[in-house]
Amino acid sequence: MDKIKVLVAKPGLDGHDRGAKVVARALRDAGFEVVYTGLRQTPEQIAEAAMQEDVNVVAMSILSGAHPHLFPKVVNLVREKGMKDTLIIGGGVIPEGDIPALKEAGIAEVFTPGTPTTAIVDFIKANVK
Amino acid sequence: MNIAEELLNGNRFALSKAITAIENEHENATEIMKTLYPHTGHAYVLGVTGPPGAGKSTLTDKLAKEYRQRGKTVGIIAIDPSSPFSGGAILGDRIRMNSLTLDEGVFIRSMGTRGSLGGLSHKTADAVKAMDAFGVDVIFVETVGVGQSEVDIVKAADTTMVVLIPGMGDDIQAIKAGILEIGDIFTINKADHDGADKLMTELNMMLDLDGVMKDWRPPILKAVANQNQGITEIVDTFKKHHDYIEGNGQLTVRRTERTKNEMLDLLDGRIGSYIRRRIVENGKLDEYVEAIKARKTDPYSVVGEVMESMLK
Repeated sequence: MDKIKVLVAKPGLDGHDRGAKVVARALRDAGFEVVYTGLRQTPEQIAEAAMQEDVNVVAMSILSGAHPHLFPKVVNLVREKGMKDTLIIGGGVIPEGDIPALKEAGIAEVFTPGTPTTAIVDFIKANVK
Repeated sequence: MNIAEELLNGNRFALSKAITAIENEHENATEIMKTLYPHTGHAYVLGVTGPPGAGKSTLTDKLAKEYRQRGKTVGIIAIDPSSPFSGGAILGDRIRMNSLTLDEGVFIRSMGTRGSLGGLSHKTADAVKAMDAFGVDVIFVETVGVGQSEVDIVKAADTTMVVLIPGMGDDIQAIKAGILEIGDIFTINKADHDGADKLMTELNMMLDLDGVMKDWRPPILKAVANQNQGITEIVDTFKKHHDYIEGNGQLTVRRTERTKNEMLDLLDGRIGSYIRRRIVENGKLDEYVEAIKARKTDPYSVVGEVMESMLK
């Protein structure tokens, strides 16, 4: 089995990445290779980095409320690159009511505040292709 | 998708897939490399090494932009350490290179060391070849942040730049063996910080302690990467070094040495894994270990015996 490689990305304009860093660290400790790209990424940058790195998972964190726009956009751009199997997950301050639409758009799972990091690790291990 | 053919046709995702196959030792990796190999040998490989926090990624970002302005395409392989405990890694070099991501003339790939100790990953050389076959003009290999003796980069690069910063130790540190012996070019980054001139003096003294007169005395440059200072001078010096080693035949010598080492490494690896597999399959491994533990024999005799029986 290949080593699981995850892109952790912060799309949009909010400048808080403590959550993303906590997740990145937890994924590292689970034995994954984590590419962290830093703050304020455009969907185009995220999709291109995911392609160049050939990651198995794209994990995005948003705290600004822009998720209904940005998450689906990243899904479309990643799929356009030919990455059909890449698991795309999201997290951050996301209202419960928004989650069904995000899943409809191709976000495999949404992790909201209070999620133990082990739940994210387990989800990735169970669903990565 | 036929990865090698698509790569040679300029498909960027195929390049990415090829590096994945190489890195994870997929079954098709050897076939891919065989197809790509005739198309390699054109890119110029630049090694960037130095201690953690010296600014290697930021410098690489600025240098890549300078090459782009000069009309060259660029590949970047950025290596970060894997955890010896979990095997995981945080690959964070792209943070300094975000503005290059959407440039079609640049391809960046991060790699974890995965247990390799020389500052590179075991698969760096093949990843370089994949980018070379893809057709980029210049390939940067950025090592992990190194201490004193992680010097594998000299075997992989045509020109090696050692990046240093002020305030990291006295002049005895500078005359120790190790990474300070491998620089074709030295760059003092963060040269606006205190101690840059002192470091410059110490490095100059170290390089002049070398009693032998050399045709290429490694130049020491100053830069402030995040303010874009000193970047054109570094690229000019890369060019100067390239012309110098091309002119006197050193480039051919370096590349011949590399070809030889790579072939021998491949041979070592193949023979090693062949014997390991055989010795496990025929069930002798546990037997040998028990006999050695009981001091009936010793590891040296056993290895001799195994070699003799399997490599006739």
